[in-house]
Amino acid sequence: MSNNNWHLYEVFIRSKNGLAHKHAGSVHAQDAETAILSARDLYTRRGEASSLWIIKSSDIIASDPGEAGELYDPSDDKIYRHSTFYTVPDGVKNM
Amino acid sequence: MYSTDLRTDKEKKSADQQILDDAELWDTFQARIDNGDTIEAKDAMPEKYRQTLTRQISQHAHSEIIGQLPEGNWVTRAPTLKRKLILLAKIQDEAGHGLYLYSAAETLGRSRDDMVADLLSGKAKYSTIFNYPTPTWADIGTIGWLVDGAAIVNQIPLCRCSYGPYARAMVRVCKEESFHQRQGYEIVTTLARGSAEQKAMAQDSLNRFWWPSLMMFGPSDSASTHSSQNMKWNIKRHSNDELRQRFIDATIPQAEFLGLTIPDPDLKWNEERGSYDHGDIDWDEFWAVIKDGGICGKDRIQARRAAAKDGVWVRAAAEAYAAKQSAKEQVA
Ligand SMILES: [Fe+2]
Ligand SMILES: [Fe+2]
Ligand SMILES: [Fe+2]
Repeated sequence: MSNNNWHLYEVFIRSKNGLAHKHAGSVHAQDAETAILSARDLYTRRGEASSLWIIKSSDIIASDPGEAGELYDPSDDKIYRHSTFYTVPDGVKNM
Repeated sequence: MYSTDLRTDKEKKSADQQILDDAELWDTFQARIDNGDTIEAKDAMPEKYRQTLTRQISQHAHSEIIGQLPEGNWVTRAPTLKRKLILLAKIQDEAGHGLYLYSAAETLGRSRDDMVADLLSGKAKYSTIFNYPTPTWADIGTIGWLVDGAAIVNQIPLCRCSYGPYARAMVRVCKEESFHQRQGYEIVTTLARGSAEQKAMAQDSLNRFWWPSLMMFGPSDSASTHSSQNMKWNIKRHSNDELRQRFIDATIPQAEFLGLTIPDPDLKWNEERGSYDHGDIDWDEFWAVIKDGGICGKDRIQARRAAAKDGVWVRAAAEAYAAKQSAKEQVA
């Protein structure tokens, strides 16, 4: 019964052209070809997709959630990067 | 429900004893939950949280997979081609629900193989509702109407639970469940408006499935002592009785509309509460089904074991094909 040597693939779906691919879930498969077919059967039974991406889960390089603070906090104190930081004089209507 | 903790107190205790959690992590974790944060797979979490969710999500997955069997019983005997196609699509969805959920559970670190092995060995639990037999076609209608209906009531709040992968799987599942419930109600409607014999068949099925459907929500709040931690962790958002009441209040008008009678003489509208009061649920029956599998428990596990065994050659062929392809690529 063991599938121990089957790969885990992450599945990404583009619902229609013009939109980006979005993570949907994962499938187990032996090779990329069957992974695409399984992902098609599992995640696109109601016209959810115009395109599928799959990638071996082990090939994803992710940032460490434990380091989220060091990585992303520095952007928090640069409020001048946001347009709301600036006041537009009353007489100027659209900007 | 599919996810209610069905373990005995002894099983729970021995699992709890194996957990070593540090108090500081519990506090910072609780603060995140109280802040409305969603927990993702790689985040630090108390072992107890990980274990609770692994148990709950895998049990939910098993329930979806086993849930295909009572309905599969009728695929070859569906009354029309249209009903057969609908039933096949519904059952395929349930397989999909099982797979979404196994994949959500795997993010917590346990492999799908191990979870499935627990199901086949009889160690893992699944919802008691699927151990009731489906002797008539009306049961296919009743299951969609009541069982999928109850599942929707339970699963909607889970779409906002604290664990991201579980919540996202539930969003996907809930979108598909409403088709399941409607196709079931349509079958029951057709029978209820048919001949006297057909209407009697619909009533008989409702008589058999009403109480087991109410049991799906799990023990009554006064008897269940284990949900408070899950509430704190935002895994569970409403009590068993609250969800059960919601289901009863929604379902009774649907039965009345069809001229069917809910098999509960104590059922009556409570003006003050704005809800229906209902009769006592036979919890002895519920615990007996958990303990000895009820009428169909053995058959269900046998069917899964046979499926696993019959699929061995398919998996072996897929492995051999993949090995051959990659060998070819290396030569090329
Ligand atoms: Fe389902
Ligand atoms: Fe479900
Ligand atoms: Fe369903």
